Amino acid sequence: MQTAVLDGGLVDPARDAAFAFRAALDALSRPGTIRQIDGAEAPAPCSPAAATMIVTLCDPTTPLYVAPSHDNEALREWITFQTGAPFAAAIDAVFAIGTWDALAPLGAYAGGTPAYPDRSATLIVEVPVLEAKGAVLAGPGIETKAQLNLPEVDAFQANRAQFPLGLDFFFTYGNRVAGLPRSTRVTEG
Amino acid sequence: MYVAVKGGERAIDNAHAWLAEERRGDTDIAEMSIAQIREQLALAVDRVMAEGSLYDPDLAALAIKQARGDMIEAVFLIRAYRTTLPRFGASAPIDTGAMACDRRISATFKDLPGGQVLGPTFDYTHRLLDFALAAEGLEPSEAPEAAADMADLPHVTDFLAQEDLIQREPEGSDTPRDLTREPLDFPTDRPLRLQALSRGDEGFVLSMAYSTQRGYGRNHPFVGELRTGKVAVEMDIPELGFAIEIGEAVVTECETVNQFTGSKTEPPQFTRGYGLTFGHCERKAISMALVDRAMRWAELGEDNVGAPAQDEEFVLYHADNVQASGFLEHIKLPHYVDFQSELELIRRLRADAMAGQHQEAAE
Amino acid sequence: MTDQAYNFAYLDEQTKRMIRRAILKGVAVPGYQVPFASREMPMPYGWGTGGVQVSAACLTPDDTLKVIDQGADDTTNAVSIRKFFEKTAEVAVTEKTSEASVIQTRHRIPEEPLTEDQILVYQVPIPEPLRFLEPSEVETRKMHSLEEYGLMYVKLYEDISRHGEIATAYAYPVKVEDRYVMDPSPIPKFDNPKMESAALQLFGAGREQRIYAVPPYTKVVSLDFEDHPFDPSKAPHPCALCGAEDSYLDEVITDDRGGRMFVCSDTDFCAGRRAAGFTGEMTNTRPAPVDTEAMA
Repeated sequence: MQTAVLDGGLVDPARDAAFAFRAALDALSRPGTIRQIDGAEAPAPCSPAAATMIVTLCDPTTPLYVAPSHDNEALREWITFQTGAPFAAAIDAVFAIGTWDALAPLGAYAGGTPAYPDRSATLIVEVPVLEAKGAVLAGPGIETKAQLNLPEVDAFQANRAQFPLGLDFFFTYGNRVAGLPRSTRVTEG
Repeated sequence: MYVAVKGGERAIDNAHAWLAEERRGDTDIAEMSIAQIREQLALAVDRVMAEGSLYDPDLAALAIKQARGDMIEAVFLIRAYRTTLPRFGASAPIDTGAMACDRRISATFKDLPGGQVLGPTFDYTHRLLDFALAAEGLEPSEAPEAAADMADLPHVTDFLAQEDLIQREPEGSDTPRDLTREPLDFPTDRPLRLQALSRGDEGFVLSMAYSTQRGYGRNHPFVGELRTGKVAVEMDIPELGFAIEIGEAVVTECETVNQFTGSKTEPPQFTRGYGLTFGHCERKAISMALVDRAMRWAELGEDNVGAPAQDEEFVLYHADNVQASGFLEHIKLPHYVDFQSELELIRRLRADAMAGQHQEAAE
Repeated sequence: MTDQAYNFAYLDEQTKRMIRRAILKGVAVPGYQVPFASREMPMPYGWGTGGVQVSAACLTPDDTLKVIDQGADDTTNAVSIRKFFEKTAEVAVTEKTSEASVIQTRHRIPEEPLTEDQILVYQVPIPEPLRFLEPSEVETRKMHSLEEYGLMYVKLYEDISRHGEIATAYAYPVKVEDRYVMDPSPIPKFDNPKMESAALQLFGAGREQRIYAVPPYTKVVSLDFEDHPFDPSKAPHPCALCGAEDSYLDEVITDDRGGRMFVCSDTDFCAGRRAAGFTGEMTNTRPAPVDTEAMA
């Protein structure tokens, strides 16, 4: 087995995952805030933030969709070794990883059912830059308003319109993460 | 003068110390060993294993000792231990047809291949206290032994199935959902219900079963067969490409033959109820089969007569004695904040009501 | 010091991942009860297993944990849970609300406003606000999915016609973000307005296998009617020890002749005020030593 597959997991899995989860929880609870998240290193093009999200949340019970931007042998092997998450088509995925363009269209993912809105996908979107400017966010987790450089606005408005169904997002870049739950109302900045 | 209650930590430590002392009892009396409990209170051990969902007679005996004989507390200890264990995989389904039976009886046929094997049963004992047991040191007279019949004992329901007189259960290759790893979700399927019943409280399942016999969802059960004995537990080892035996377990299985159904398209057939437990727990296994059958009303096209045993939500949400006793006993915890809010409410409502009465009287 | 026999924060990693995923979905759909495969914990169901599992999934070694029951840090079950996490999760513990990063609670919200850097974890016995009106889970799930809460309003209105007001003093139902009716756990209704908070609020119901959440600054409205608005009022007394007029009070019976006094239920809040020099009518009575031996 290649060392790249064995390397890059969490050094101290229980504690590192605890810190990583808190960063993700904080990010999703306060849309627009950007948190540091690291500990895992996956083969390119996966960012350390996305790699850490994957090892913290994915396991053999969570089908994962790898979008074409990230679909390479080395990354798949790394994910399999580190998490055991089965690879799946977008519609069956609990988590998905890729760039915004590669993950599109959002209609390909499960958005939950009226009885079980939690049975919906969470998308880990790798972005070229992550900063608190651009689209204006309001809703749960936000006192008045927040801003985040979302890749577009329409898709998130359409997602919000389905509430309480819909998809939830994490945006990753380098060792940083921001969250956008389906409950957030997005307008042009 | 008011002093707020303080010192919870010391009180807890002291209570634990006292409990340990009480557990041991009079130190002039010899301490019980785990082996003594395992060997001499075997049915208690079996019940703890069945409801604890963990097959380990020594640990169950330890739990009984630690719990001072409180069976639900012992089940709880085993459950709390079980949940921390890593999962290496799932065994292959056990083959009860290949059971080395200590006991095997049928109420539906006078005789049958393999015969009626009473085994070590209380059934025909006269329930008279045996004062000879109070005098210790008496060895029991040896039970006569016959050569073991190594042939597999066929299941009684197989004979009925040969004639298509009893419904065949569809064989599923899917791994059943695991009640202890997934949240309960309704409607359930039969494998999930059977899991819940198998680890459910014996008293609860017994009462539910009894209620069906008394008319709350009657389903006319016959004990087609009841068997207890050792079965091999096998596990597929992917690296080897075949299954190997990893151990043996004593289980009790009950299959009931129940009232038949039929329709224009299907000729009448008997139906089944099924019970299986760890250890020798036949009261539980029979009860389980009756309640299983009662909950199958929808699948078998029967009416829901509103009987408690037919209501899967009612049965599954209330069968677990660890859940039930925890929630019941939590009302021992302080609730004075909520009580205070009720106290204020009732004082105010009473004051308003009294004022209203005075007003009326004055008018 | 952690007990090496068990994993950090007691639960195994796969269990924590499962709980963490449920928490994230709960945050994404405020007020919706996410089913989760609750584990048997080493304390009984009904004694905070849901809150303990949520806390275990959230805690990091950098956290400072506070545990309260009935508003007090020294109630026996709070002591027991605090000790459990000291032993298994290497966390610092505190009784001071302002010093805590994670607060696990049963039946109260601290008086001191919480901050953005805090998480409040509630222990929940019955998470379904409609349960006492409709015992079937299948039915209540349908009601939530259809946003059909007429039954709840009918119940509240029946209260008004019988008693002249809504006769629910604790576990008073709320509507979260104009969508889900939610049980706030058995906190007194006095605490309901505090649920619109800067802190993240997480709710764990172990036996009932549900996790739900109220993110910071989420809209939380106590159910009421235009002609009978929600009233969070409490008994009109000041605290006998610190004189606070705006805190929730415990009523303590002081003798067998009807003597009673009212003191803050939030012990840290009360101690903080007394340290700052506030006094109540019984402040100057000197406390007698407590005989803890007798309590065992």
